Amino acid sequence: MATEAGIKAVQTLDCKGLLCPVPIIRLAKAIKSVQPGEAVEMLATDPGSVPDMEAYQKQTGHVLLVNEKQGDAFRFVVKRTK
Amino acid sequence: MGANGTKRLALVASKGTLDQAYPPMILASTALAMGWEAGIFFTFFGLNLLHKDRMGRLQVSPIGNPAMPPPLPQFPALKVPNVVGMLPGMTAMATMMMQGMMDKAKMPSVTELLDICIEGGVELFACGTTMGVMGIEQKDLIPQARCAGATAFLSYAADADVSMFI
Repeated sequence: MATEAGIKAVQTLDCKGLLCPVPIIRLAKAIKSVQPGEAVEMLATDPGSVPDMEAYQKQTGHVLLVNEKQGDAFRFVVKRTK
Repeated sequence: MGANGTKRLALVASKGTLDQAYPPMILASTALAMGWEAGIFFTFFGLNLLHKDRMGRLQVSPIGNPAMPPPLPQFPALKVPNVVGMLPGMTAMATMMMQGMMDKAKMPSVTELLDICIEGGVELFACGTTMGVMGIEQKDLIPQARCAGATAFLSYAADADVSMFI
C-alpha cells in the first residue's frame, strides 16, 4: 500500500483485537526483519495503540509515516530508519 | 543509561498473584520492543514468577479484593462477599474467571511474556534473601534467574532511566 511519502509497506500486521503489549512487540519484531528504508504497516483496534505508536517513534527513531483511522481500526505505517 | 547508550528499565516485582504478575512482564517486554534494556528484581512472592513449578499456577483471590469484578456482569452490585470467598474452591474459581478474561482478550500468558523477556535478554534477578527465607534454591528457579542481593540490583538500577516498584 503506497503512503504519502511514496513508501510501500513490505509487510502488514493485523493486530486487530489485540491489546498492549502484543501489537508493539509484533511491530518491533517486524521492523527488525525489514531493511532500513522499508516500512511495515499495522492495523489495530486498541485505542491505546495511537499514543503508543507515537511514543514508539519517539523512543526508537523509526518514522511513523501514517497514523489514521480506517473504518473501525487504526492504520499505522512505520519506516525503519536504522 | 545502559550499555551502548540505550535506555534502561529497572523493575521490582514483589507480588506473586496472577493479576500482579502481568505489569512487570508487560513493561519489560515493551521496553525491549522500544530497544531498551531491562532488568527485573523478583523479591518476596514475586519470586514465584521465576519458580519452575509455581510460575504456571499463579492465582488471584476474591478475598479482600473489592476491585474483583462480579461473577455475573449483568448484576454489577452482586460481588462475591468475603465470607463466600473463604469457601474452598473460590480462589480457583476467581483464577479461572480472570484467566478466561485474559484468554478472551487474547492476552499472552505470564509465561509467554516471560519467554519474550528471556529471548530479549531481560536480566532476571532472583532475590537471595527471599530464597533464603522461603527455602527456594537455584535449582527450583528457571536457569536464566540469577541470584542477587539488593546491592547488585541497586547498582543496576542506579544506571536506569526508569525504575518502578510493582
